Amino acid sequence: MTARIGVVTFPGSLDDRDTQRAIRLAGAEPVALWHKDKDLKQVDAVVLCGGFSYGDYLRAGAIARFSPVMEPLIEQAKAGLPVLGICNGFQILTEAHLLPGTMLRNNHLHFICRDQKLRVENAETAWTSDYTAGQEIHIPLKNIDGQYVADQRTLDTLESEGRVAFRYLDVNPNGSNNDIAGVANEAGNVVGLMPHPEHAVEPLVGTGRTDGLPFFTSILKKLVNA
Amino acid sequence: MSRTPLDTVEHAAATPDVELPWAELGLKKDEYERVVEILGRRPTGAELAMYSVMWSEHCSYKSSKVHLRQFGEKAPENDALLVGIGENAGVVDVGQGYAVTFKVESHNHPSYVEPYQGAATGVGGIVRDIIAMGARPVAVVDPLRFGAADHPDTKRVLPGVVAGIGGYGNCLGLPNIGGEVVFDSCYQGNPLVNAGCIGVMRHEDIHLAKASGAGNKVILYGARTGGDGIGGASILASETFDDAKPSKRPAVQVGDPFQEKLLIECTLEAFREKLVVGIQDLGAAGLSCATSELASNGSGGMRVTLDDVPLRDSTLSPEEILMSESQERMCAVVEPGKVDRFLEICEKWDVIATVIGEVTDGDRLEIYWHGGKIVDVDPRTVAHEGPVYERPYARPSWQDALQADDANKLPRPQTSEELRDQVLKLVGSPNQASKSWITSQYDHFVQGNTVLAQPEDSGMIRIDEETGLGVALATDGNGRYAKLDPYAGAQLALAEAYRNVATTGAKPLAVSDCLNFGSPEDPAVMWQFAEAVRGLADACQQLGTPVTGGNVSLYNQTGEAAIHPTPVVAVLGVIDDVARRTPVAFQEEGQLLYLLGDTHEEFGGSAWSQVIHDHLGGLPPKVDLERERLLAEILIAASRDGMIDSAHDLSDGGLIQAVVESALLGGKGARLIVPDGLDAFTFLFSESAGRAVVAVPRSEEVRFNDMCGARGLPATRIGVVDGDSVDVQGEFTLSLSKLRELHEGTIPALLA
Repeated sequence: MTARIGVVTFPGSLDDRDTQRAIRLAGAEPVALWHKDKDLKQVDAVVLCGGFSYGDYLRAGAIARFSPVMEPLIEQAKAGLPVLGICNGFQILTEAHLLPGTMLRNNHLHFICRDQKLRVENAETAWTSDYTAGQEIHIPLKNIDGQYVADQRTLDTLESEGRVAFRYLDVNPNGSNNDIAGVANEAGNVVGLMPHPEHAVEPLVGTGRTDGLPFFTSILKKLVNA
Repeated sequence: MSRTPLDTVEHAAATPDVELPWAELGLKKDEYERVVEILGRRPTGAELAMYSVMWSEHCSYKSSKVHLRQFGEKAPENDALLVGIGENAGVVDVGQGYAVTFKVESHNHPSYVEPYQGAATGVGGIVRDIIAMGARPVAVVDPLRFGAADHPDTKRVLPGVVAGIGGYGNCLGLPNIGGEVVFDSCYQGNPLVNAGCIGVMRHEDIHLAKASGAGNKVILYGARTGGDGIGGASILASETFDDAKPSKRPAVQVGDPFQEKLLIECTLEAFREKLVVGIQDLGAAGLSCATSELASNGSGGMRVTLDDVPLRDSTLSPEEILMSESQERMCAVVEPGKVDRFLEICEKWDVIATVIGEVTDGDRLEIYWHGGKIVDVDPRTVAHEGPVYERPYARPSWQDALQADDANKLPRPQTSEELRDQVLKLVGSPNQASKSWITSQYDHFVQGNTVLAQPEDSGMIRIDEETGLGVALATDGNGRYAKLDPYAGAQLALAEAYRNVATTGAKPLAVSDCLNFGSPEDPAVMWQFAEAVRGLADACQQLGTPVTGGNVSLYNQTGEAAIHPTPVVAVLGVIDDVARRTPVAFQEEGQLLYLLGDTHEEFGGSAWSQVIHDHLGGLPPKVDLERERLLAEILIAASRDGMIDSAHDLSDGGLIQAVVESALLGGKGARLIVPDGLDAFTFLFSESAGRAVVAVPRSEEVRFNDMCGARGLPATRIGVVDGDSVDVQGEFTLSLSKLRELHEGTIPALLA
């Protein structure tokens, strides 16, 4: 038995097929979920992938957050369902208040696509256990609304509880507070980040690195061993 | 125009003396008279609207047609060509049951008027052309040309164009894998914004733009129709800019990439379920184009009720609805029994879809409005039988003087120090500098199949995960070469794109082109155009790569000043296994650098003559297509058999530019030795065609040399990958950090 991991397609989702491929390459079974269905098809975990859901009109993730599929997702995430939000998925998770903070337009106001160096700060979440704390990895970053901001109290809480999951290294590409690239919820089952691990799973394509694969093997091991 | 009573066909026949605004709509007097002759009466307002947009230069190719025929007449025998010129885009067989469609188009004029929307809708238009063939779009490329990099208006146009391409393309989930950015003051008032797209499908999924089968329904789906872009093709893209005329901004369309993304998914799902008989996107000339082309390519006629078109603005007149270039719309022909399912799929994707008409038995295109018949035409006369001009052309009087002004006679560097300084100037010049500030605003990674992206010699996309089958695309053009000799310039553009595809290890298969020129009403420009087309057609014939389609953009001219003739050529290649691709970057220290091909003293149109002397004169590098073919074969074989680990084509900037780029990308330097028989200056800066630099692992040197020797390709060992500087022995040493600072600092300093 392998794990079944759902990938939600919203109108405007772009990386749904790529995320399904990454799940498959890690050895799990990808399950397509549709934004209009209030049904998670009994998956073991969910990935909200990158893209521009609903065109990112109004505010990135703000409309997707009210999709029918989000009802069971929010409920089950609070009960422990592992959820990973990548880029637009991260934005949706903050809009849904499953993760703290929000994303503003990059401080240089441009879309940026680059191979980004990160440090894994927390290797104990459901999605990061195949890394070691302090490990330095390269994951592609590509967005225009990627500047992570939160009020000081939230930042202090995140730092003191070790919930900053990833931090930008060498360059802060968008002006994020505390160089934060990704965060986790208190229980560690919900993780969001702006860089795209699903685009760093094969040596032949993208940046040619596979530093993103442990996201998907982490969750698979957790689910299969559970 | 008179709106009361409704200008029906009947009304038009009864009121022959009503004056119509044909001149305001861009028609010439004799063209209007021809419309009257075809119809046997004056046209209705709606008919006039249709003819005026469809007979515009942009849609009808009336000035270029007589020359473009050569692409068909001289087309080489090629089994790979599945769909040729004339459809929305050509289709090529790439093996394993896959077909690839690709095309390059221009959106030059709108991008100058409104850079962001002009460029954005250019991407949208080319992507819809690709979907309309039945393919899933898999990548885009953007060849761009702007005025001088330090001109204040470039800072208005370029960031807007780049943001528009990124804003639209990124939102569609299409990796941007290639293109060019060129600066030259000749493009000051006429930037060139060309956009290319590649799509992939299975052979059996090819779709064509035709309406067949009486009773089949015509479905308009996508965005509502609004007042944007009315007359974009006729008024904007088919006239020279003139300071005295009012702003043309209302003729520029506004794009909604989110809507386009839904249109892609919904169309592909309808294709998968085999619901579509014929399909056409709505681009230039909007509904006028889609209805007349679908009807004239099919077997019957078509009846359309214009009242059923969903509108964004209820006050639009029928003429405006027919001319609107509102974006993100498509038109499908669907059998009656499949209409419900088609509409269901549209609803699933929240795409508005409406049956607006049906295919009829007859051969007329009839359009109704408020119960009256306002269009009754033979659709072929609108879509295919527009005017054809044999525009006069003549070799310009200044051409001889331009060619006599020999760049080879310009003062050359006298000392090693001067040579070094000129290398630094070139590496940091806007045209030779890194464009990563621009390309990093595009998503390269989405879809997870990008094997190579800019600044590689060509972009490469994997199309089958199991077998590793992939396609490569390169676009090239050099307006300076083409100005010196348009025939050779077009061939050099093809040769460079062909070489760039082969450098990455892919086999060149087919060509698309975007021909950007000044006003066809100027005989000198027309001569440039005729020569470029003749050169390109001859070269395609010799290299065995057919032109599958493309685009002509004329009137790139402000007042008397035309742009350099700029044929941009895209070459598509195929590679059996993308794992064999060859990158530009140096991979390992100790590998041997070989220069392939012959180096002559060729500086006409060169980057050196531009940067150091601000000079354009003489002749461009000589073209030797048989040499290009041999070089390509060697590069492909060496890549397939693992004899080379990196390769870079030599073009503008010459050998030193190529070596610096490979060194910076790989983070490894090079030691170079000037070969016997060449002076250092010619070795470093000459732009002789048919050349590449490759890095050969020492273990492969004998095998590689034997192959080149046996095939008769000159291969000269010129150095080794080594250290953290580029060292030309006996001349100078430049550290990679210094080179990087110059190469990467220039564009942000000018534009950020």
